[in-house]
Amino acid sequence: MATLDQTVDVHEDHGPAKGITRWLYTTNHKDIGTLYLWFSLLMFFVGGTMALAIRAELFQPGMQLVEPALFNQMTTMHGLIMVFGAVMPAFVGLANWMVPMMVGAPDMAFPRLNNWSFWILPFAFIILLSTLFMEGGAPDFGWTFYAPLSTTYAPQSVTYFIFAVHMLGISSIMGAINIIATILNLRAPGMTMMKLPLFVWTWLITAFLLIAAMPVLAGVVTMMLMDIHFGTSFFNAAGGGDPVLFQHVFWFFAHPEVYIMILPGFGIISQIIPTFSRKRLFGYHSMVYATLSIAFLSFIVWAHHMFTVGMPLAGELFFMYTTMLISVPTGVKVFNWVATMFRGSLTFETPMLFAVSFVVLFTIGGLSGLMLAIAPVDFQYHDTYFVVAHFHYVLVPGAIFSIMAGVYFWLPKWTGHMYNERLGQLHFWLSFIGVNITFFPMHFLGLAGMPRRISDYALQFADFNMVSSVGAFIFGFSQLLFLYNVVQCIRGGRTATDQVWEGARGLEWSISSPPPYHTFTQPPLVK
Amino acid sequence: MEESYRKNRKLGTRLVAVTVLMFAFGFLLVPLYDVFCEITGLNGKITNTGALKVQQESDMSRSVRVQLIAVNNEGMPWQFEPAQAAIMVHPGRVTQTYYTAHNPTARKMLAKAIPSVAPAEAAKYLHKVNCFCFERQQLNSMETQQLPIQLMISRELPSHIRTITLSYTLFDITPQPEGLMLVETGAAGSPR
Repeated sequence: MATLDQTVDVHEDHGPAKGITRWLYTTNHKDIGTLYLWFSLLMFFVGGTMALAIRAELFQPGMQLVEPALFNQMTTMHGLIMVFGAVMPAFVGLANWMVPMMVGAPDMAFPRLNNWSFWILPFAFIILLSTLFMEGGAPDFGWTFYAPLSTTYAPQSVTYFIFAVHMLGISSIMGAINIIATILNLRAPGMTMMKLPLFVWTWLITAFLLIAAMPVLAGVVTMMLMDIHFGTSFFNAAGGGDPVLFQHVFWFFAHPEVYIMILPGFGIISQIIPTFSRKRLFGYHSMVYATLSIAFLSFIVWAHHMFTVGMPLAGELFFMYTTMLISVPTGVKVFNWVATMFRGSLTFETPMLFAVSFVVLFTIGGLSGLMLAIAPVDFQYHDTYFVVAHFHYVLVPGAIFSIMAGVYFWLPKWTGHMYNERLGQLHFWLSFIGVNITFFPMHFLGLAGMPRRISDYALQFADFNMVSSVGAFIFGFSQLLFLYNVVQCIRGGRTATDQVWEGARGLEWSISSPPPYHTFTQPPLVK
Repeated sequence: MEESYRKNRKLGTRLVAVTVLMFAFGFLLVPLYDVFCEITGLNGKITNTGALKVQQESDMSRSVRVQLIAVNNEGMPWQFEPAQAAIMVHPGRVTQTYYTAHNPTARKMLAKAIPSVAPAEAAKYLHKVNCFCFERQQLNSMETQQLPIQLMISRELPSHIRTITLSYTLFDITPQPEGLMLVETGAAGSPR
């Protein structure tokens, strides 16, 4: 903290190393952010291909393309890859790029740890994906891997799955520790907590959720490992264990996990909407407190995923009411976003289109969540396509759209070039239409009783499934436009200004586009 | 620079400690879950076992229907059934009945029965004085055995409960040649 003077001469910018070792050895938060984002895009396409395999099979009733055994492996791997390979690394990548630039830090607090957290990921996914080529096949017990399906009746490859999950957990925890330390310790002078941009705030809270929830996941897969190989009986009734215990421990992790996948998205949307409304964010403080209360509530609602296991009435009521309570802070957020747009000077560039559709479609997902929270009716919806529709509405036009919005929003800052706006808007509209065609009919399928995770269905579900599959292919292939647009933007394009967007405010927009390899080696002074 | 390095280290260490604690908490959930089920009687686990502590006067004015169910876990070849499908029990009186098990295979097998009670609310009023489910059962090839059970329903049983279902699931715990699975070690919770 030698000086706060902003007019200090810029030191010679030595720039990145050359060749492949730049990426292998890098400790630079921008490089690691880029690696995370490319990796997550790759996994998005891998997981998406599996989703298309599922939708292709479900295009018509009867068995066409995918054997039931492979179908189960596809649903399982699609879930695991999208959760741990696409959504989470994408958010960590955005955090790596943006958090130091937003708080005025020179880099992440533990740069070498940062390198390690990323480079564990490719190995974890090589292990996970290699199970597809093993005898007995890949994990086929769903991404929720309920015991005893994942212990007593699991394919041999389950051990590889367990170690892959361990590695993913270690990677996420190290990433989270790094982000917390950066935000708490490396803020520029004058950057008080209540001046932090909301993306930083939501990521701080997410990082705490990660270090609280991921170790429990590590615990539950360790118990599985011990049941399978060391003769313990955590989940084995014959030995005095209990399979329902698995569901409790798993959901104790997995409910916070679903908020881990949406809170940073809330942060991104809270950056984008004020920018394109040319107004300050409405209700900044209430946004922070709403995020904190969502994070707290996420730890006490887990059993709403298991209303049908035979809980007593008191338990059903407790989990029902606490779950419904979450809609209050979430409602505050939606209200604030709408109030920010109200009487704003709105323009609809691609990031804003994604952000506005996020608000609308995420709210639809939230409302179907509220329906599922009602314990007595959940008995009808449980394990049907209604649940699939619900969580895809919060994850695809929720988490994924917020990531897309963030990438379009910050891409000019990262590359120094504007992306192709027309192509971006085309990508948005195809995605928006594709997503709704894919997932909206699933509500009706679920209400009519179509069970999830089964490779065939009764004839009366045929039409909606066909519609859904058509939508899935529209959505899936339109993502190639995104890839093309990003590549074109990196290679060239109209030069972006430092501020990029007219309404953009914050430290990250005060530095050049693209930013120098090292930013804020002298801390800026935040007024 | 030195100072900020120290600050980061300190915070990093604390966060690692939180991670380790949460990992331990994950395992702590296992006993917590058992304790919770025991206190509340949820999950239909019967915890009142062994000799009666308080002798109760039997309530002849009231009788409760106890349905007895036998379930074989997947892959369990034994013939396993209750002597009577249902018995009428006066609360407070110790009643005896039995299950029959037959091993139709050509090898000696070891089994364990796990009880469960529905409605779960009734679990804490059902007292098992003696039950074959307390122990493992061993049957030689083609052997048949009567497995006795002595139970008592407490007089405090809420009056709206008129039927209790007591179900036993029989698990094959014969040690596998490979010793791969289902080897009982009692590592998670004590056998019930």
